[in-house]
Amino acid sequence: MTLTGIAEFIASFFGLPGSSSVWIVAVLAAAILLGFMLLTVLILIYVLRKLLGKIQARLGPTRTGPKGIFQTAADALKLLIKEDTIPVKADRRVFIVAPILVFVPAYLVYVVVPFGEGNHFIAKDLNIGLLYIVAVSSINVIGVVLAGWASENKYSLLGGMRSAAQLISYEVPQALAVLGPVMLAESLSMQDIVKAQGEGLFSWFIFRSLPLLGFIVFLVASMAEINHVPFDLPEGESELVAGFNVEYSGMRFAFFMLAEFAASFTICAIAATLFLGGWHSPIRGFLDNGWWTVFWFFLKSSALVCLLMWIRATYPRVRVDQLMEFGWKLMIPLALFNVLVVGLYVALGKGG
Amino acid sequence: MIAVHHYIFLSAALFAVGIYGVIARRNAVGVLMSIELMLNAVNINLLAFARYVTPTTLTGQVFAVFVITVAAAEVAVGLALVINVYRNMDHINVDDINLMKW
Amino acid sequence: MDWHTCSFYVLSVMILGSALMVVSLRNIVHCALFLAFTFMGVAGVFALLHAEFLAAVQVLIYVGAITVLILFAVMLTQKTIGISLKQTNRLAPLAVLSAVTFLCMIAVIALNTTFPTSGQHTVAVSTQTIGSAILGNGSYVVPFEVASILLLAAMVGAIVIARGQDN
Repeated sequence: MTLTGIAEFIASFFGLPGSSSVWIVAVLAAAILLGFMLLTVLILIYVLRKLLGKIQARLGPTRTGPKGIFQTAADALKLLIKEDTIPVKADRRVFIVAPILVFVPAYLVYVVVPFGEGNHFIAKDLNIGLLYIVAVSSINVIGVVLAGWASENKYSLLGGMRSAAQLISYEVPQALAVLGPVMLAESLSMQDIVKAQGEGLFSWFIFRSLPLLGFIVFLVASMAEINHVPFDLPEGESELVAGFNVEYSGMRFAFFMLAEFAASFTICAIAATLFLGGWHSPIRGFLDNGWWTVFWFFLKSSALVCLLMWIRATYPRVRVDQLMEFGWKLMIPLALFNVLVVGLYVALGKGG
Repeated sequence: MIAVHHYIFLSAALFAVGIYGVIARRNAVGVLMSIELMLNAVNINLLAFARYVTPTTLTGQVFAVFVITVAAAEVAVGLALVINVYRNMDHINVDDINLMKW
Repeated sequence: MDWHTCSFYVLSVMILGSALMVVSLRNIVHCALFLAFTFMGVAGVFALLHAEFLAAVQVLIYVGAITVLILFAVMLTQKTIGISLKQTNRLAPLAVLSAVTFLCMIAVIALNTTFPTSGQHTVAVSTQTIGSAILGNGSYVVPFEVASILLLAAMVGAIVIARGQDN
């Protein structure tokens, strides 16, 4: 049963006009995506704790439920029922709006993520899909700056400013790295990009034209975008207490956490889509239809998620000047070089 | 049904708000914000005409791309100037920036 | 009322409401926040006008970059946080007058003009068609290059101006 079918059933059940089923589809899709997002975050945090435990020769959570699987749920519950404090001198309205501005973009990105083949496994295959992702995920900088500012706390202000500088610096290599797959697929639509990689392992964009470079630049820049570990300066506990979200607690803090973990999943999903063939199987035509495509997609994104966790457990944090130098003096030139090479490859391939 | 006039009124209203801001604001950053509002109003107009008057060509959209480019350049230079003024005068109140006035 | 009309009015209220906030609020950081809302509303209007590419560019450039730059400038040029001075000068009445005059003028002109609107539907607007409209067959190649030089000059200029004389 498709979503449209369910929507029409609901519309007829409540005696609504037939035209309203469009809205019902939209609401249903939004609810499904939200549920999916919360679920991935729950699983992600649990796996992260277990994996970090393994890497650091610890056990990770063990107490709540068998092997501690309810630990994340318990933590979420704790955050929900915690007292919601707002500092006396804080700018109340901005303080309340800021977490929303961080959370909503992370959620909106899910709209164009292709979970599988065809129109059933993507909320909306926009023809500007990739540009939409880049654009929407740039909104959260405002939330971060305002959260830091509105808390009326020197540490959070510094954290917010640092974070903004980092986010806008690494947006550039990220957007440039994305251009490689776009040029190869000649489309911005996520499904078209996946379809252009359907010829098995070696047609994946990670191996085409300039192998690996685009992928690595994208992944590293994205890690900086989501404040992932070697680049988690905005929250550097040792220097800034906890960065822009020091003053947040309870629900509002949960929003920041949720956005961060949701983003770390979408980053992996997008990297898998752009460079690792999305929902295509590694062997041409082998188990490459229906629900299998969903399986491949989740296999690839989870592998990337685990890679990120491995990096998180391994690397120390960089300094702020190292971060800026790395971004502007290495990442951007590399990304530009990648654009140049891929552009030449595409142009020469077309010309002769 | 929404016609091209609706969009023109919307953009004119936005432009008028921008005019008010540019003239009345004391803070230089506020003036820059108002200029951005006016540029946005222009873009709405360009796209509305592109959609309703010349639906077969993309000239309006191309122009809007150029307007956005210029707006980005303008804001970068403008804010650099504001920061420099603040460094020299300790405020960015446009009414009191009159060193060059005789 | 169909969804197009409905969305248009919702977006208009959002744009004009937040634009008024931008020019009237006392706390300049609040103004910047409302500026971001205005930009998002304008992006919505672009999407209504079948300009999805420009809507995305609007969000990317205006909301993601320009608003953040403005916030940076605000925070670098304020001595204390949460300051809210009187933000309008003595020209405010004159400004209202000129804004209203402009609005009336445009309204009268627009109502007295018949635009040659053609009923036919627009061409399929995709990023590809916009790209070939700018770069294909020499139509806007020169303006495009000039715009890139302008951006470069602005970038260099901004860096030189903002870093000051001291080093």
